Amino acid sequence: MFPLGVTSYILGGVVIGLAVSFVYLLTGQHATQSSLFSSTLSYFSKVPFFNRKTYLESREWRLYFAAGVILGALLYTVTISPDGFWTTSVQWWRLLLGGFLVGFGTRLSSGCTSGHGISGIASLSTTSLYAVITFIVVGVITANLMLMLGVAP
Amino acid sequence: MNNRNIVLFIGGIVFGFGLALGGMSKPEIVLSFLQLKDFGLILLMGAGTGVAFVAINVVPRFVKKPVLGGEFKPRTRTLSRNTLIGATIFGVGWGLSGQCPGSALSSLGVGNIPVLLGIAAMFQGAYVMGRFFG
Repeated sequence: MFPLGVTSYILGGVVIGLAVSFVYLLTGQHATQSSLFSSTLSYFSKVPFFNRKTYLESREWRLYFAAGVILGALLYTVTISPDGFWTTSVQWWRLLLGGFLVGFGTRLSSGCTSGHGISGIASLSTTSLYAVITFIVVGVITANLMLMLGVAP
Repeated sequence: MNNRNIVLFIGGIVFGFGLALGGMSKPEIVLSFLQLKDFGLILLMGAGTGVAFVAINVVPRFVKKPVLGGEFKPRTRTLSRNTLIGATIFGVGWGLSGQCPGSALSSLGVGNIPVLLGIAAMFQGAYVMGRFFG
């Protein structure tokens, strides 16, 4: 069940929860991830969907938030990480195709593992609960199909 | 930088640190969950949700306003066909690549340069969604 132990997962989760809490208690905003794509596209595109009020209002802080996420992971890497800098062995075509579907799907669904998964369920949103169950079940099926087709890791 | 942006920047640093600490910056670890070999991701999500629940649901019963003013925003998402179709498409991409939006950003921070391909593709996917299905 837990070949790498449970400590880092629980601690990581608590730290993420504290980050979401800190932002919510100070600003009233849900610190979520996938809206970044749509809100940032409003800087470059006149398409009405990206220029909704909610994206125009949040596009600036979402960029600060995203920069923080990158910096926080960097901070972990240069301080307490046992591995240091690291590169994935997942093939480029999977990153590309998977990334496209992640971008499309999270925006169509209005949330990702962070928005539906953490903020949504913490808000006791049944919409988010259905979304989470759906993407986990589909993710498990897809990952196992890939495994059966001999695609590793 | 206004106060809200400073808070979001600091919150982002903590969020990204937690993602990396919990192994989520490695698509391999996310895939090992989806392949049902390591259930750590559920622990991480449960712990994160549990802590966030207190701030989102309990504290606002006693405190009326966020510290910096404004209001506590409810998360308003109504269940629609798109919620589930989108979650299905996301699930396929997640199972294919082990990436999600937050984990991909944190992956960049651990030096995983190839994930830039994934992030660029996420923007493309979000563009196609907003342009043709928004």
